[in-house]
Amino acid sequence: MKLRRKIYMVGGYNTISMGTGRKEFNPKIERPGLEYYIKEAGQGTLKQIGGAKNVDEGVIANFMAARFNYQGNLAGFMPYIDEGLTYKPCSRVEGACGSGALGLMSGIRSVLAETADVVLVIGTEVQNTVKAVYCADILAGAGWFKERKEGHAYFFPGKFSDRAGHYYEKFGKEKTRKAMAKWYVNAIENARLCPTAQEYSNTTKDLMAVGMMEPSPRSFVDNLNVFDCSKVSDGASAIAIVSEEGLKRCGIDKKDAIEVIGFGQAENDITKPPKELTKLDTTTAAVKKAFEMANITKEQIATVECHDCFTITGILAVEAIGFAEHGKGPDFVLEGNTSRTGKVPFNTTGGLVGWGHPTGATGVHQAVTILEQLTGKAGEAQINIPADRPYGLTINMGGDDKTLVSIVYKRG
Amino acid sequence: MDYVEKFENVSVLGAAGKMGSGILMLTAFEMADLSLKPENKGKTFTLHAIDVSQEALSGLLKNIKSQVLKNAEKNIVQLRKVYANRADLIENIDVINQYIGDVLKLIVPHTHIEASYKSTLIFEAIKEDPDLKVKVFKKINEINTLKPWFFTNTSSIPISYIDKEAKLEGRILGVHFYNPPAVQKLVEVIKSENTKPELHEFASMLIKNLRKIEVPSYDKAGFIGNGHFMRDALYGMEQATKLSTEMPFVEAIYDINKITQDYLIRPMGIFQLIDYVGIDVCQYIMKVMKPYVKDENIHSPLLDKFIELGVKGGQNADGSQKDGFLKYEKGKPVAIYDPAQKQYVAISDISAKCEQKLGAMPATVKPWKVVVGNPAKDEILKKYFAELKTMDTIGANLAKNYAKRSKEIGVKLVSNKVAYCDKDVNTVLLTGFFHAYGPINDYLN
Repeated sequence: MKLRRKIYMVGGYNTISMGTGRKEFNPKIERPGLEYYIKEAGQGTLKQIGGAKNVDEGVIANFMAARFNYQGNLAGFMPYIDEGLTYKPCSRVEGACGSGALGLMSGIRSVLAETADVVLVIGTEVQNTVKAVYCADILAGAGWFKERKEGHAYFFPGKFSDRAGHYYEKFGKEKTRKAMAKWYVNAIENARLCPTAQEYSNTTKDLMAVGMMEPSPRSFVDNLNVFDCSKVSDGASAIAIVSEEGLKRCGIDKKDAIEVIGFGQAENDITKPPKELTKLDTTTAAVKKAFEMANITKEQIATVECHDCFTITGILAVEAIGFAEHGKGPDFVLEGNTSRTGKVPFNTTGGLVGWGHPTGATGVHQAVTILEQLTGKAGEAQINIPADRPYGLTINMGGDDKTLVSIVYKRG
Repeated sequence: MDYVEKFENVSVLGAAGKMGSGILMLTAFEMADLSLKPENKGKTFTLHAIDVSQEALSGLLKNIKSQVLKNAEKNIVQLRKVYANRADLIENIDVINQYIGDVLKLIVPHTHIEASYKSTLIFEAIKEDPDLKVKVFKKINEINTLKPWFFTNTSSIPISYIDKEAKLEGRILGVHFYNPPAVQKLVEVIKSENTKPELHEFASMLIKNLRKIEVPSYDKAGFIGNGHFMRDALYGMEQATKLSTEMPFVEAIYDINKITQDYLIRPMGIFQLIDYVGIDVCQYIMKVMKPYVKDENIHSPLLDKFIELGVKGGQNADGSQKDGFLKYEKGKPVAIYDPAQKQYVAISDISAKCEQKLGAMPATVKPWKVVVGNPAKDEILKKYFAELKTMDTIGANLAKNYAKRSKEIGVKLVSNKVAYCDKDVNTVLLTGFFHAYGPINDYLN
């Protein structure tokens, strides 16, 4: 499949990812709600694209506001961002933790369909309204509810703990655990360079030791410690998806934009267990489609934003993309290839483990990070983008490898 | 002994008090665990919460509910296993709500002691008054025909004394929890001369199930915990009194409180600890201990003076600290009581002067909270005390003498057969008082 029209992304904006780790976070005092984050992110992007008048359509991506915030009908918050958006079309999309990239896909399709030239996409989640033990209930909605009863108290950590356990058995525990700890180290080191990251102020000296902490199955899961997990976060990210006409309308130069040159979307049956616990099959399928449409290979990728909801998921993603063969992901990570000075830096502002994981926002946040990196606007977190490998890749996942979107970008 | 059967009808005396409510809650958790086991289906478990104050009992149930909620949230992984066969309990919140209901339905509040007449197990946490304890136990034992077992939370009264006076025929064991019982790991266990072995066997199983640490003590007034704490506090008060001949009283209190907290790397200074326990409670414990200790005078004129002035310390019902030697704001000491002027003097007005006199702190000192859970704790302490040893400031000398006295007290508890061994003394201070190190150590040798 080929893209019939050029698609760009511009005007990226991230709020702070708020939650444990942030100095200003205090679970005991009242914090801003969903509408605050939507507004901040939305206005952040509007300012960069010439205001609400330039927008044809809005999309709000969110996973579970109905439970976290008792709020439905999120599309109604689009005009709340700016009165100029009143009477413009807006949809809310949902695909669990993959909601953000579904939002992007929705915007891309509108531009491709020539029903819009500028689509404002906002992803958001405000999760710290409940304690972790209840957050686990809510997030379990990304799986099949009929499995909830049999599942772990911490449902998704339980699912990925099982994956990690199988991986240990098949390919050796020690090396895998070390690679997971290394993944954590990379995440925190990157987050420390990004002021909006939840772990921005992390000052732990021996990160490797923290990452290697023994799991405690009595209070959590068998094969993961809490540092193997993504953060519980409040936050929002916004970006505009535009055509060439849209770029002109917003008065933005191509070099300040990224171009979507390929995407892959793939879905798998939520009622079925993974075929092979040590593989992310649906991720592989989505990435393959994205590469095919972009007509590039993994060797041409400069940086990846992958969906590391757990450190083990990061390693499995390395294999799903094909950077390492099955069972060799830990070596690839331990050799330093995914660190910010390595061959292919992954999650350069910390990813889900370091930057944070406001579930519905994550897919959009990944696009914003790639936009910043490929246009040289990542500030302290900027990595080197080699001229012969100019591409960025994102993978956003909903559920246990169920709802997948992978996108390939290059600078406009 | 049937462990489960013993739990079918239990009473807690003094259930709304600081210690009693904690013991009630721990007992309720254990009983809930038992009642939820499939093999115990159909059995009825009842926990009588007995206290003289109706008002306090109402507050107790509310407080217990929030504690059970916290406990359930923390133990959700295990609780889901307990309710695995309940198809209707799907989400964590379903399981937690069911558990709260299952714990609370065990507890029946009463203001009259009659409720304990059908109990086979009686936990007691009433006032630390030998006569009162004997009177209550005697009465229950005379009317209750089930030959109940008595577990007393006394922190100082010899168990053999209660056993004999109340005619309990060895159906009593000292089971001394630390405050707050839900948090503190330590349980001191004291047998009377005649305590039946099955009581001890039972208590050990309960302590293990509650994931607490059992330390045995000989049946000597004060046992290990108060045996150390009361003498340690007496030494602190003597030192402060001595210092107050050369400086204002409040400065002397400041100095000794600082020495015992910062220099000795303890969680709180000795005067804050006295306030935490209660000046009146400390006075009472000393009164109980005094007749049993022949070679020392377990009595403090300073405590008497404060009680006379109506300054008592202790805690409010919500767990917040009442003013005593020190005045507290949000749990932190901000002023010191001057008995001559009958008013508090702000710490900020005197601290700089006091610290100048004490001299510079050792460069290697670290706060207690940094040391206590630190894997390199021993190294840190060795280095610190080695430095302290070489110093000759007023502060360093006070600290060294204090540490030596604390060790001496510990060693004497073993030689006087209060504690079975050095390790037990150290365990009590580490787990019951949250010290970062035991008093019997070689740091200053």
